[in-house]
Amino acid sequence: MKSLLPVLTVVGAILLLWVLAVVPMNMHLTADQAQRDGLVVSPETPAARQEYSGLGLTLRNPKLIAATFVQERPRLPSPHQVAVEMWNTIVLKNITSKRSLVYHGWVTLSATLLGFGIGTSLGILLAVGIVYNRAMDMSVMPWAIASQTIPILALAPMIIVMLGSIGIQGLFPKAIISAYLSFFPVVVGMVKGLRSPDGMQLDLLRTYHASPSQGFWKLRLPASVPYLFASLKIGISASLVGAIVAELPTGARAGFGARMLVGDQYGQPLVTWAALFAAAITAAALVGLFSLLERLTLRRMGMVQA
Amino acid sequence: MSQQTIINAQGLDLTFQTNDGPVHALKDVNLEINKGDFVSFIGPSGCGKTTFLRCMAGLETPTAGTLTVNGMTPEEARKARAYGYVFQAAGLYPWRTIGGNIRLPLEIMGFSKDDQAARVERVLELVDLAGFEKKFPWQLSGGMQQRASIARALAFDADILLMDEPFGALDEIVRDHLNEQLLQLWARTEKTIGFVTHSIPEAVYLSTKIVVMSPRPGRITDVIESPLPKERPLDIRDSAEFIEIAHRVRDGLRAGHDDV
Repeated sequence: MKSLLPVLTVVGAILLLWVLAVVPMNMHLTADQAQRDGLVVSPETPAARQEYSGLGLTLRNPKLIAATFVQERPRLPSPHQVAVEMWNTIVLKNITSKRSLVYHGWVTLSATLLGFGIGTSLGILLAVGIVYNRAMDMSVMPWAIASQTIPILALAPMIIVMLGSIGIQGLFPKAIISAYLSFFPVVVGMVKGLRSPDGMQLDLLRTYHASPSQGFWKLRLPASVPYLFASLKIGISASLVGAIVAELPTGARAGFGARMLVGDQYGQPLVTWAALFAAAITAAALVGLFSLLERLTLRRMGMVQA
Repeated sequence: MSQQTIINAQGLDLTFQTNDGPVHALKDVNLEINKGDFVSFIGPSGCGKTTFLRCMAGLETPTAGTLTVNGMTPEEARKARAYGYVFQAAGLYPWRTIGGNIRLPLEIMGFSKDDQAARVERVLELVDLAGFEKKFPWQLSGGMQQRASIARALAFDADILLMDEPFGALDEIVRDHLNEQLLQLWARTEKTIGFVTHSIPEAVYLSTKIVVMSPRPGRITDVIESPLPKERPLDIRDSAEFIEIAHRVRDGLRAGHDDV
């Protein structure tokens, strides 16, 4: 709760900046509309107005400022418009409706969670392989790093089209993209975690003549738990990004990505912005959930001072 | 008590190959340790005292010479779990309670659950930590943590206890207290103890036999059989005998330095 005030301060600053930006961003649109409605606008032709910046036009037409906040198809929606759109599509719409953000959110979230599960499992397996197998130690990491340098926007359509051509559609291809993004932080974190026991701790197990599997279950695995949680928090947000990106290039009909695309293509910025915010809130909630799990787990393990 | 040799080193040599060339860590080391001895290894950094202890534990392999522990090679002795080893740092697992840490070797060695519980209780009593079983390491002071690590080394009843500067990181007052407790523990358990230190008073106070070592190459320069009685109150350190032995140790250390 100590962080509440700083967080609110930052949110307030962002909102203020946003509100201030709405006026010049929407001023040209608003002036055109006002002229059609029979108001006097200066200068008088759209071509002449193009010569002015948003700010310049605002200074010449201060009476139009209020109208910039309530445009139907604004270039930059105002905060309250986005809030109203979100209220309408999250709370007021039946969740089975194709226009409900809860419905679209679940479509994206299910792919996110499946992909995150696959990515995390794969990441842990690879990390164990890297730590225990010299050949994997030498070979896997460069490929894992290379995999993350390919722009996912370029790769996602290929994967989805390829899987589609062998009859795999829907949830699974999206989950694959999510897994592709989320396995990497898990590999990196788990390799570091599994290697975190120092020479003394390993020597101690040697004096007990412990088997390699005892060393894994009793020392390396528990020692890696804090590292795992740090990776999971990065991995879950990467998963969500992956699922959204996977919805963009393929004309998906449902999901946050599909809503963003629809809003863009049909000139409904409010739809895009509402989906954008819903996705951000979902990501924050997922990361928050894992932070909570981390705190509970580490406290239960005795690794943080209660 | 019969003089049974527990550890026997003859012509021990160990050279490490490092990036800066070979390092001669041990040279022609000969030593016999009898059952029930409390042997301290003292010398400046780099004299090979820790390396020698690690050889006995089978954690390092000598390049020449013979070394037996309980009549076996150190490797076999390690596999037979012949010794308990106490490191410089307590090295307790932070995710295990004190009891859980002491159970660690017992779990690995396959003791039954009932036996584990009984042993944990007994060794906690032995190191004066009864009642701390359910605490986590961070809830204990440094000295208490080190005592818990000694309890962990005692839990599976090995006859030999190898200790590598176990109290090196603790302050003088705590160290005095732990030295006193260690002597009591030794008297009660009749274990054979190998103890690495670079504190002269600590070595003289604890030991029946003081092995003085010197560096480059690491070797033994003097072995002093202590005439002090087995019962040693802390104020024995003010007696003439104690000061005389401490003097001889200091001389040995200095001699080791001079002829380099």
